Amino acid sequence: MSAADQLQGFLERTPYVRFLGFKAELDGDALVGVLPFSEHLVGNTFIPALHGGVIGAFLEMTALAQLFIVQPPGPRPKTIDVTIEYLKPGRAQTSYARAEVRKIGRRVANVHVDAWQDDPKQPFAALRGHFLLSTADR
Amino acid sequence: MSAGDPPPKEPPPEMYRQLAERMAGGTPQSQALGIQFISVTQGRGSMAVPWREDLVGDPDTQVIAGGVVTSLLDHTCGLAISSAAASSSGMFGTATLDLRIDYMRPARPRMGVTCEAHCYKLTRTIGFVRAEAWDEDRADPIATAQAAFALTGPRPA
Repeated sequence: MSAADQLQGFLERTPYVRFLGFKAELDGDALVGVLPFSEHLVGNTFIPALHGGVIGAFLEMTALAQLFIVQPPGPRPKTIDVTIEYLKPGRAQTSYARAEVRKIGRRVANVHVDAWQDDPKQPFAALRGHFLLSTADR
Repeated sequence: MSAGDPPPKEPPPEMYRQLAERMAGGTPQSQALGIQFISVTQGRGSMAVPWREDLVGDPDTQVIAGGVVTSLLDHTCGLAISSAAASSSGMFGTATLDLRIDYMRPARPRMGVTCEAHCYKLTRTIGFVRAEAWDEDRADPIATAQAAFALTGPRPA
């Protein structure tokens, strides 16, 4: 089974992925995370805007999915830390995200993710994070 | 009420009660996650998400998803800042500027998560917050967070 098939299989059987409605679109090793808008993702009904936690979860999921593709096989990477930057509100429409693996060491990967809605050059949120690749306990 | 019962606690000020309602049940995402309000005092807030099957992030272990913890941390930080801001100048909306989360360990299988956040500094426009999330024992956190929020002005009542 290819890494892409393994990833799709994992996403399909993970309840929280379905809860969010997250999808991963793959073109070779290039992955785009997709989060269709849904009412239950709203954190601010006045704007309305996506919940900050939902945006963070979406970015982190995109980073983990990208690592899954770049670094098969083996145990799933674990998040060590993330910094999420909120540039503008996430509007009530589909969001996209792309991860850039900045470095893969023996145990730790550094990943940056940008999320956008209309224009990839105008991200509404970004993440930078470290992810543990090895099975060893922290 | 018998003589042995503790005296009833003073009800929180009306503003805190409104805040609690608004934060726990007041947004579609917090409703969808089943976020439960625990407490709020000036500059401090606490909320929890009980474990639920559809919130599992790893089907092999039944551990609650990291994304749920992220939402809970963000939401509880918002409660802490709103409570810090509310007491001095009416009700404010908040917008997260950045949120840094350190993950100490995964939650235990089939366990919910509790979070407490503390707004330790508030300026006219920005609130600075720290938060911790744990499953069983507060002294053994699963994640800690540090965040900065912008105050977005009074909300319509």
